[in-house]
Amino acid sequence: MTAATATAQAELTYREAVREAIRDAMRRDERVFLMGEDVGPYGGAFGVSLGLLEEFGADRIRDTPLSESAFVGAGIGAAMGGMRPIVEIMTVNFSLLALDQILNNAATLLHMSGGQFGAPLVIRMTTGGGRQLAAQHSHSLEGWYAHIPGLRILAPATVADARGMLWPALRCPDPVLIFEHGSLYNATGSPAGHDSADITTAAIRRTGSDVTIVAYGGTLGTALNAADRLAEQSISADVIDLRVLRPLDDATIMESVRRTHRAVVVDEGWRSGSLSAEIAARITEQAFYDLDAPVGRVCSAEVPMPYAAHLEQAALPQPGAVVDAVRAVAA
Amino acid sequence: MKTATAGPRPAAPGRAGPAHRRDLLRQMLRIRRFEERCVELYSATKIRGFLHLYIGEEAVAAGVMAALEPADAVVSTYREHGHALARGVPMDAIMAEMYGKATGCSRGRGGSMHLFDRATNFHGGSAIVGGGLPLAVGLALADRMAGRSRVTACFFGDGAVAEGEFHECLNLAALWHLPVLFLCENNLYAMGTRIDRAQANTDLAARAATYGMTAHAVDGMDVRVVEKAARRAAAAVRATGSPYFLELRTYRFRAHSMYDPDRYRDKAEIARWQQRDPIDTLARRMISDGELDEPGLAQLNADVEAEVAASVTAAEQAPVEPVDQLTRFVYAEDEGLP
Repeated sequence: MTAATATAQAELTYREAVREAIRDAMRRDERVFLMGEDVGPYGGAFGVSLGLLEEFGADRIRDTPLSESAFVGAGIGAAMGGMRPIVEIMTVNFSLLALDQILNNAATLLHMSGGQFGAPLVIRMTTGGGRQLAAQHSHSLEGWYAHIPGLRILAPATVADARGMLWPALRCPDPVLIFEHGSLYNATGSPAGHDSADITTAAIRRTGSDVTIVAYGGTLGTALNAADRLAEQSISADVIDLRVLRPLDDATIMESVRRTHRAVVVDEGWRSGSLSAEIAARITEQAFYDLDAPVGRVCSAEVPMPYAAHLEQAALPQPGAVVDAVRAVAA
Repeated sequence: MKTATAGPRPAAPGRAGPAHRRDLLRQMLRIRRFEERCVELYSATKIRGFLHLYIGEEAVAAGVMAALEPADAVVSTYREHGHALARGVPMDAIMAEMYGKATGCSRGRGGSMHLFDRATNFHGGSAIVGGGLPLAVGLALADRMAGRSRVTACFFGDGAVAEGEFHECLNLAALWHLPVLFLCENNLYAMGTRIDRAQANTDLAARAATYGMTAHAVDGMDVRVVEKAARRAAAAVRATGSPYFLELRTYRFRAHSMYDPDRYRDKAEIARWQQRDPIDTLARRMISDGELDEPGLAQLNADVEAEVAASVTAAEQAPVEPVDQLTRFVYAEDEGLP
C-alpha cells in the first residue's frame, strides 16, 4: 500500500475491513443478514463480527448450531426466498460438510431449473495455513471450489479488497464464495474509500519486465516479498493478484506474460490438480509462443498440513522458493 | 420490509363435497396415467435417464397439495412427478421435460428428477436424498424475516431420515420456529433396503417429535385422510409459525427406478398393498356413496388419458433447446437476471 493511497482513509486491519463491509451492507440493504457459528455474542471465530450483534440484533446476526450443511443450505433457501444472506463458515475444511449444498444446490439450481431459481448468497470462509492449526484447519481448498461452474470465487488479498468486495458480491445474482486467508486478519492497510471493488478482474500489484508472478490471497505477500528480493538481484517482476479465482481473468495474465515471457504461479493449494495447474495450462494454451521458459510453480508440499512450526513452514510456499523458481525460469 | 403477501385463497367451494372428491380422484388419475405412459415411453427410449415412479403413492401428493395455498412453497424430491402434477405444474411442461425439450419446465436441463416451476412455487426436484431439507428451512427463514405468512412444504422419503441433514434441519427449524411442513413419505424402502434394515428406530414421527415439534403418522393410502391431516398441519404451521412433521405411510407399487429388478420385495407384500390402491379406494367409496357411477369414472379416465395423450403429442412436436444455448443459466449475471 503506497503512502498516497493510505492518506485517503485511516488504516484498518483486514478483520476490521471485513466487519466494515458487513456493517455497510447491512445498513444499505435490509435483506442482508449474517449467519454462522459463533457470529453473535462470541463475535465470530476470528473476531470479524464483533459488535455487530449489538447494532443489528439477533435476527440479523444469527448464531447457528454446528450444522454446516443445514445453515449453508438454509442460506441458499433464504436467497431463493429473496433474502441476501452472508453465511460465515469457520474454515474451508468445515465447508466440506456443506459441500453438497454448495455444489449440488447453490452452483446447480439455476441451470437445473432452466433459469428459474438462482441462489444469490455470499459464503465467506477462512482458508490457508501458517498458524500451526494442523491438518483439519489449515488447507487451501479454494481451488476445488474454483473448479465448479455456477460459483464465483473471490480471494481478497488486500485490506481494500476485503472492504470492497462484499457489496458487489451481494449485488451479484450468483452464489459468491469469498476466501479470507487466516494470516491476513491482522494485516493493516487503507480501504481507500472503496466500498465497491471490482470483482471480475485481476490486479497487477507490482510492475516488472522480466517475469510474471501470479499469486492470490495469502500468497500475494509471499510473491511481493520475493519480488523485492529479486529486485536486489536485478530481476524485475510483474506481480499479479488474481483476486477472482473463478471466472479467471485470462486477459490480465496473458498480457503480462506476453511482456515478460516468463511465469511462476504461487498457490498454497497442493500442486496436483490445483489452480496453479489450471493457470499454467492456460498460459501454455494461450501464450506458448511468447514463453522463453516453461511455467514454474510454487505450491504447498503434498502432505496434510503438519502442526510443528518448522514442518508447517517447510510445507507452505515461501518467498525463498519463489525466488528460486523465478531464477530457474529466468536462467 | 415491503413484501407482497398473497391474499387468502377463496374457500374452495364444497371442498368436503363430491366435486372436491372428484377433483382429488382426477389428480390421482392424472399422476397414475401420466406415469404409466412414461413407462411405455421409457421402454420406447423416448425418455431416458433415471425414472422414479410414484405409482401407489398418489394419495399423498393429491391430498397434501389440496391443503396448500398457491403462495406456499413446495420443495420436492427425485420422485416428484406426482408432486408437480398435483401442484399444478402443467402436464405439457412436465412431459416435455421428460423428453428433454426446450418447452420443458426446466428447459430440458433437469429431466425427471429436476422439475421446477416458479409460477407454482415448485422449488424442485432434488436428486440428493435429504438435500432439499436445508432449502426448505431457508425458504421458511426468508418468509419469517420478510414477514410473509406462508408455509414451506418439504417432501422427502424415509431414506432421507438416515441422512445427517434430517437431524440438522429439524433441529434448526424447531430451534428457530420456522414455518416448515415436513412431509415424510414413508414407503418402507430406501431404494432397495427395507426400513428396518436401515433405521434403528422405525417410528419416524416419534423421532421428529424429539425435536420439539408436533409430529404425526397417518395413513398415506387414503387421500381423504392425507388431506385432512395436511390441512390440520398447514393450519398449525400458519397459526404458530413453527414446524410440523407428518409421516405419510405409503407404498410404491413399482420398483425404485426403471433399472431396479425389485428382487428385495415379497410379491405377496406388494399384492397386499395393492389391495389398498388409493385410486380404487376413493373411486369405490364415491360409487358406493352415489357420488360417482361407472360411466362417470370411465369419462374421468378418458379425460385424463386425453390430457396425457395431448402432452405426448406436444412433447413429440416441441423443439429441442439449440446446442448454442448449452452454457446458458450457469451464471444469472450473464442472463441479466436480478
